[in-house]
Amino acid sequence: MTDQNETPETRVSLKQLYKIFGDDPETAMEHVRNGLSKADLLDQHNHVLGLNDINIDIPDGKMTVIMGLSGSGKSTLIRHLNLLIRPTDGEIEVDGENILNYSEAQLRTLRQQKMSMVFQKFGLLPHRTVLENAGMPLAVRGFSKSEWAEQARKWLNRVGLDGQENQHPNQLSGGMQQRVGLARALTSNAPIMLMDEAFSALDPLIRTDMQNLLLELQEELQKTVVFITHDLDEALKLADKLVILKDGFIVQQGEPQRILLEPADAYVEEFITDINRARVLRVRSVMRTGADPKSSSGRVEAIGADDTLESALAKAKGDTSVCFKVERGGKVVGQLDMTDLVRALVPSAPPEDGNTARKVA
Amino acid sequence: MATYDTLFQALGLKDWCDSSASSAPMSMSDLVSKSSGDGAEQQTSLWNTPFPSLDTLNDACPAMPQSRAVTKGLEEGFLNIKDSLKVVLDPATQPLSWMLDGALYAMLSTPWWLVIPAILMIVWAVSRSAGLVAFVAVSFGGLAFIDQYDYAIQTLSIILVCAFLCVLIGVPIGILMSRSNGLRRAIIPVLDMLQTLPPFVYLIPLIFLFSVTESKLFGIAIILYAIVPVVRLTDLGIRLVDKDVIEAADAFGMSRHQKLFGVQIPLALPNIMAGVNQTIMMSLAMVVIASLVSAPGLGVLVLRGIRNLELGVGLVAGLGIVLLAVILDRVTKAALARINTTHQH
Ligand SMILES: Nc1ncnc2c1ncn2[C@@H]1O[C@H](COP(=O)(O)OP(=O)(O)OP(=O)(O)O)[C@@H](O)[C@H]1O
Ligand SMILES: [Mg+2]
Repeated sequence: MTDQNETPETRVSLKQLYKIFGDDPETAMEHVRNGLSKADLLDQHNHVLGLNDINIDIPDGKMTVIMGLSGSGKSTLIRHLNLLIRPTDGEIEVDGENILNYSEAQLRTLRQQKMSMVFQKFGLLPHRTVLENAGMPLAVRGFSKSEWAEQARKWLNRVGLDGQENQHPNQLSGGMQQRVGLARALTSNAPIMLMDEAFSALDPLIRTDMQNLLLELQEELQKTVVFITHDLDEALKLADKLVILKDGFIVQQGEPQRILLEPADAYVEEFITDINRARVLRVRSVMRTGADPKSSSGRVEAIGADDTLESALAKAKGDTSVCFKVERGGKVVGQLDMTDLVRALVPSAPPEDGNTARKVA
Repeated sequence: MATYDTLFQALGLKDWCDSSASSAPMSMSDLVSKSSGDGAEQQTSLWNTPFPSLDTLNDACPAMPQSRAVTKGLEEGFLNIKDSLKVVLDPATQPLSWMLDGALYAMLSTPWWLVIPAILMIVWAVSRSAGLVAFVAVSFGGLAFIDQYDYAIQTLSIILVCAFLCVLIGVPIGILMSRSNGLRRAIIPVLDMLQTLPPFVYLIPLIFLFSVTESKLFGIAIILYAIVPVVRLTDLGIRLVDKDVIEAADAFGMSRHQKLFGVQIPLALPNIMAGVNQTIMMSLAMVVIASLVSAPGLGVLVLRGIRNLELGVGLVAGLGIVLLAVILDRVTKAALARINTTHQH
């Protein structure tokens, strides 16, 4: 997970991005600039406002998760990053270059070398074998069969598909097909990986497997991942940076811990109200920095800054007077007492009283 | 006094009518009415009022042209542009004649003991079905046994050449159509027309454009008639390719060319092959009709059966055509089934 102290470089940056679906987006764009809402635009002009003033800096080497309900514009947004959909207005910068000015050939190079993509419905070529599918990104770039087959085999093994090379995609289960999709994206060796609801079509157990696999790979490869999901648990598990989308505009973006502790509005609160905060929140997000742990009374326990509150609770073993000294790399960076801990477990605007007790238990 | 006299009077065109009598020669019915009628007033009731056709109006006003003029005008117009059309069409279609003549010559001059095994081998390569190969062997053996071999081979050669050209021309047209909605809107009415026009109607302008002794005459008639399904199904097949797969191809930076040959055509192949199957069957239907304009083969025998009322000759040739139809259909369907199993979409 993110180290708060370093601010990673921005790899992709979206600036004032708008997308309007319809016959005459330019005219509709004028109305939107004059402040017409999504619903009114649809009613009065029969145009769909897909994206509304999107500004996101996507950090290099981190996982940025974009979350929102169905129809909030997640797929539309991620397809703008490799220009499968062109914006009505705004800028998209990749490594400092505005890709909207790219020629067709430049755009193809971008897609071949800088960005790979994993799809919700897999998007595998049904007439090619698993090996050919996984090697496709390199074959497209003109690599010889022996070259792409070697890379494809390596990544197929890495995602746990050894020995399936000569199957066709339809002979595999959904989970295995998505592993092929993942291997394909990895074979392309692109630094940016776009994943549109990549695990949404899988059943829960396989989904957890795939999430763990992704985290493991990410540890090792440190790609710039943009991950779309409508599932908050998945978002919190994967995200270094979380963007919450609603009706095409951004409600809140930032570090997931911050969003949990300081939801921007009622919509976000509503969203996060049902999650297990103890399991998601980390000690570093709720601790008091710099304080001296010895001053407080009672037992003192050491705990890592990146540990979850759940593990802190386990360490306390029911003792409410315990105080934690928070360590990172052997150095004490702060303190956490049980009062702060319990306060953090209560959502900032609790829907009802008994809720907290249930969650702590 | 004709029915519409009053109309011309009301319009004040009487003078114009009388001033310039139609120059068209008298028709037979004119002559008859002239000789029988004595100019007596014929009162027509409302019930009997004729439609104001050109001929009727001509009765009332000689300056109006008769319907015959339309027919004649079309004919003259066609004959006038015919020469300039020929300048373009003749060289452009000449290769068709060569291909047809070449195929007919090659198939007929190669001995039967080479041609039949070659056909069987092709059937095996395409279908991998021993049963089908046996069926084809028995069919050709039977046809040869009753001395229909030459005719059947002629028909088969013409079909193969024409179907091959249909695919060669039709698939690219279908691909272009799938890429451009504008082009699609322009071509679909033409395809509709080609498909609804009765086959005999094609032959009329073609006979005037090309001489009946040239094989391209029936070649063109067959191709025009049979090309429609392969064009339609290529267009449809490519449009039906899964959007997600196309999106994936785009996302990994495939060029249009790579996408067409690596994704769209392979995935559209089942539909394209269904089009080829229909194209071949329609070629067979047309090659029989085309024997009216000197296409050789089994159709000639059918025609002879009709003309001379030689029932047996017609029936035997008909049987041959049915056998060919079954063979062509089965072989292309077997090929289609094999493509489908490798796709298992
Ligand atoms: N091609 C299009 N034409 C018109 N409207 C579109 C088009 N594509 C998307 N939209 C609209 O844009 C909005 C956002 O769609 P999008 O597919 O991005 O949502 P999503 O967040 O991915 O939803 P889901 O979770 O269902 O995939 C929706 O209201 C949708 O109807
Ligand atoms: Mg979506």
